[in-house]
Amino acid sequence: MASEVAEETPKPRGGRFCTLCNARRAALKRPKTLEQICKECFYEVFEDEIHRVIVDNNLFRRGERVAIGASGGKDSTVLAYVLSELNRRHDYGLDLFLLSVDEGITGYRDDSLETVKRNEIQYGLPLKVVSYKQLYGWTMDEIVKLIGLKNNCTFCGVFRRQALDRGATLLKVDKLVTGHNADDIAETVLLNILRGDIARLSRCTFITTGEDGPIPRCKPFKYTYEKEIRNLTSASSWWRIYSPNAYRGFAREFIKDLERLRPRAILDIIKSGEDFRISTTTKMPEQGNCERCGYISSQKWCKACVLLEGLNRGLPKMGIGRSRGIDNERNKDVKETNGTKSLESKQCGSLDF
Amino acid sequence: MQLTLEFGGGLELLCESVKIHEVTVDLEAEETKLTMKQLLSWVRTNLIKERPEMFMKGDTVRPGVLVLVNDCDWELSGQLETMLEDKDVVVFISTLHGG
Repeated sequence: MASEVAEETPKPRGGRFCTLCNARRAALKRPKTLEQICKECFYEVFEDEIHRVIVDNNLFRRGERVAIGASGGKDSTVLAYVLSELNRRHDYGLDLFLLSVDEGITGYRDDSLETVKRNEIQYGLPLKVVSYKQLYGWTMDEIVKLIGLKNNCTFCGVFRRQALDRGATLLKVDKLVTGHNADDIAETVLLNILRGDIARLSRCTFITTGEDGPIPRCKPFKYTYEKEIRNLTSASSWWRIYSPNAYRGFAREFIKDLERLRPRAILDIIKSGEDFRISTTTKMPEQGNCERCGYISSQKWCKACVLLEGLNRGLPKMGIGRSRGIDNERNKDVKETNGTKSLESKQCGSLDF
Repeated sequence: MQLTLEFGGGLELLCESVKIHEVTVDLEAEETKLTMKQLLSWVRTNLIKERPEMFMKGDTVRPGVLVLVNDCDWELSGQLETMLEDKDVVVFISTLHGG
């Protein structure tokens, strides 16, 4: 890599010009195309690409109310900016809102909620914050106090996914958009393969999901490299305070390793995920609704209700993990009952897709 | 040599939550320039207080850490071989965590 750059450099560093405008100094190299371009051209091609993704995939219809899942992190901040900008520039005719979740972790959301409030003002988008306390009666701090630092990500992840949907219902929006980027999706493809989760594997690469449900979700950054989103933001200090998900983290690092060797790898993994065909004899879990809260679930109760039941009964480990014994029994159970839904049989919602 | 080093995206937590470090790096005798490779090992020794594996892997940064030298991606300046000069600004941002 060094040899590519070292030759014919008048100045010691970054002597190359942008391959698009040929006028300014290149500041970054696009992972998709390996083009070396300047910041100004980068903003332009970045926004154009997102516009193309939105148009080519018919993500929105004129007049729709759209909630942007806003964590205060880089992805959703850039998404809020780009969507409000494109909505204006190309006259999509969308009503945009920011939707944030407050997990109730002391010190954790203070900064990020500040960022979201800043976005509210900067982009003129109305903001709605829903808290775990409001929705579930528990803050994450209270949950951690009860169950400790191990496994709390299960709670946080399951609750967050539903929180966005519930918040979106409160806002009466037609669609929910999230800032999931190409790296996130590639990672999820790998994880679903590693977990043998065929149902999610086939779903996780869709740019829009839940079209048959009340509020479809879409991911305008499906083809956008995380690295490029980072390029658009100044350093933001979003960081998981409680234990990071080790398994996911491992997949993440693997993807970053691959990217370093061959930047296209990320898009290729997404392509592989898209092109998977699942044999027609494979039994897929039925999608139904939670008997308790009505949320989509392939089980009798959705994962959030199982977790909440555990918390409220003082058995917080309920619904977390599974031992081999239980797993085997479960498989047997599924075969015998031939597709009837059984409680505890499957982790639901521990992924964000 | 005086440098401004900035840590972001969570990396600041590895150096006592300080994001911006104005540092003076002493060069080996007879050297006038510093390479990124040398800087990284200097940073690891002098600034990183915990979990160095979150910052480095082998002799370079961990994949997923974005490095900017004077606002320019270090991929364009030769990565580890990038020559630094007095008053340069080097930014390290982790993209590994959080959205």
